[in-house]
Amino acid sequence: MIAGAQDKDGSPVIAGTPYTVSPGQAGEPTGSPASTRSLLEIEALRTEFLTARGRLPAVDGVSLTLSPGETLAVVGESGSGKSVTALSILRLFNRGDRAHVHGAIRWRLADGSTLDLAQLAEPALRSIRGREIAVIFQDPGASLDPVFTVGSQIREALRKHRPGENAERTAVELLRDVGIADPERRVAAYPHQLSGGMRQRVMIAIALACRPRLLIADEPTTALDVTIQAQIMRLLADLKNQYGMALLFITHDLGLVAEIADRVAVMYAGQVVESGPVDQLLNHPLHPYTRALLECRPKRHYRDSGEDERVLLPIPGAPPRPGSIERGCRFAARCAHREARCMLDTVDLELARAPDAHVRCLRWRALA
Amino acid sequence: MTGSMRLPMPPEPPPLLALREVSRHFRLPREDWAAAPVLRALESVSLTIAPGEVLGLVGESGSGKSTLGRVALRLIEPTSGTIEFEGADITARTGRGLRELRARMQMVFQDPYASLNPKRRVGDAIDEVLKLHGVSAPTERTERVAKLLEQVGLSADDRSRWPREFSGGQRQRIAIARALAVRPRLLVADEPVSALDVSVQAGILALLRSLQRELNLAMLFISHDLSVVEVMADRVMVLYLGRVMEVAPTRALYTAPRHPYTAGLLAAAPRAQRGGRPAVVLRDEIPSPADPPSGCVFRTRCPFVQERCAVETPRLEDLGGGHLRACLRNDLDLGRPLS
Repeated sequence: MIAGAQDKDGSPVIAGTPYTVSPGQAGEPTGSPASTRSLLEIEALRTEFLTARGRLPAVDGVSLTLSPGETLAVVGESGSGKSVTALSILRLFNRGDRAHVHGAIRWRLADGSTLDLAQLAEPALRSIRGREIAVIFQDPGASLDPVFTVGSQIREALRKHRPGENAERTAVELLRDVGIADPERRVAAYPHQLSGGMRQRVMIAIALACRPRLLIADEPTTALDVTIQAQIMRLLADLKNQYGMALLFITHDLGLVAEIADRVAVMYAGQVVESGPVDQLLNHPLHPYTRALLECRPKRHYRDSGEDERVLLPIPGAPPRPGSIERGCRFAARCAHREARCMLDTVDLELARAPDAHVRCLRWRALA
Repeated sequence: MTGSMRLPMPPEPPPLLALREVSRHFRLPREDWAAAPVLRALESVSLTIAPGEVLGLVGESGSGKSTLGRVALRLIEPTSGTIEFEGADITARTGRGLRELRARMQMVFQDPYASLNPKRRVGDAIDEVLKLHGVSAPTERTERVAKLLEQVGLSADDRSRWPREFSGGQRQRIAIARALAVRPRLLVADEPVSALDVSVQAGILALLRSLQRELNLAMLFISHDLSVVEVMADRVMVLYLGRVMEVAPTRALYTAPRHPYTAGLLAAAPRAQRGGRPAVVLRDEIPSPADPPSGCVFRTRCPFVQERCAVETPRLEDLGGGHLRACLRNDLDLGRPLS
């Protein structure tokens, strides 16, 4: 099935693009046993991009679940497939990208029935985008239209998803909800009159306009200064509770995960290598990559003697290109604990700690 | 104010680089009938860097840290103030004198993808710098290129490869090799790892640190990332809206900050542990450098602001032990316990 349709109704998300969908393959275990109550279940997701150099599998067999009101953080470096995983849910690829989405993306509607978003045609998917699931991106400047006031962009989202309400008043309320001071005046501002942090707040207001049940935040603070990042992180945590949303938080920074997530999935080279409750994963990581990612953050210890210890523990090498590793563990080439079999054997995501801590490593028991 | 910048740290070698009350203002385009606004990117900043010393420079966007790095290298002219290098006033140096100077002060930039010519082989890119600065014998240059590539953790064979064949981290290594080719005494590193993945950052930082010690290289290390600066710097300077808020030896600044802005920055930095909420939360955002607040420029975001902060401008005051800070309030307890 090919649908070249673009989002003609001017929703604040990136327009849809040509894509194909194939039925899900028999896959790996889902991340959580609570599948009857989960809001979103991604099963054996495989997203490939057709490029001049062939098919690039950016995401390769990812399974994730998200319960209502839960925050799942997906962490990874560039090329890990974390953003493509999130964008595959609503097929929000860049215009011109030729992407194929395989697998199942089961979304539970308010009436309890489920819908496989991967099987949904573009027009039907459009009714999910924004209304049920909203997205905010890294660069709020690129997501806002420079020729319209922020108020008119919020009102547009309101009229589309919540007709019959007083859009003028709700737009001001939304701006107040996202912590913009003097919202009655700011509603008439153009994007260029606002700072980066303020624009991200406006993007969040637009995302909230339709009271989504899931907010996908793709590196929402990466372009912001650290003090503004702290403000936005706190805002997201507060709004999530206030609006009763689930949150899918995509980040490269394990440091941000501690503040916001209930559960974490760490991705590497298109796969989930470890997932579990945030405290366990940060304090007792099982996968060598998760450990290395925690340890490679620069640290300095101040000794009583006055001597300082500076700790720099890089991970040797660089992440592999998508599709370049055909067998074995994808992290093996950079892993300090690899054995010969790591380069050869198939490594599955296995349950490490009940109920839902998973790890993809042949040696996790020996290393624990 | 300059006088208070002299550091009571024994022993005190003469500084390699000294900026004395350097300001840089940019005139912005006039809007309609109003007078052309002036953006005060740097306002009377003084600093010294000793030979072999690493001075970290932190601040948010708009703090003036990149402008400061460029002014130090004379890539941007100061509006006022003087720049001294190896004891000589270089503020007005031009032409050949300036070019000779450039061999002793080099820069590494943030984006390793933009700083290498894609149509030039890696070896040629380094060779070009050697030629420009007068290493004329081709055999000597070939040897130096090989040695430089090995010094930064690449192999001599990499000289005939193209930049596109290298990852971001490897390109930054090439950029470092290029900067060190002329044996500088000062390196300005402006966000040298910000474009790299975290797993690669530590390797570049370790390389910079070992080269810095091996070559007794002085460094002005600029970053928005507090943990990166903490591990690299001997001393740290905190800038806000082009003004110095605090300067201190790294340990003192990170374990016992004396300025509310520094404390706020430290509290806002993400940590990979579950902890209590930050003690100091900074509200609002950095104001426009074209329209800075009166008195203390930080007062609009300061949790400890008092009325006099709008009227009096704090001076950079020497607290002893090389610790300087610009804040009117000396009754604050901002210290964090040693970890």
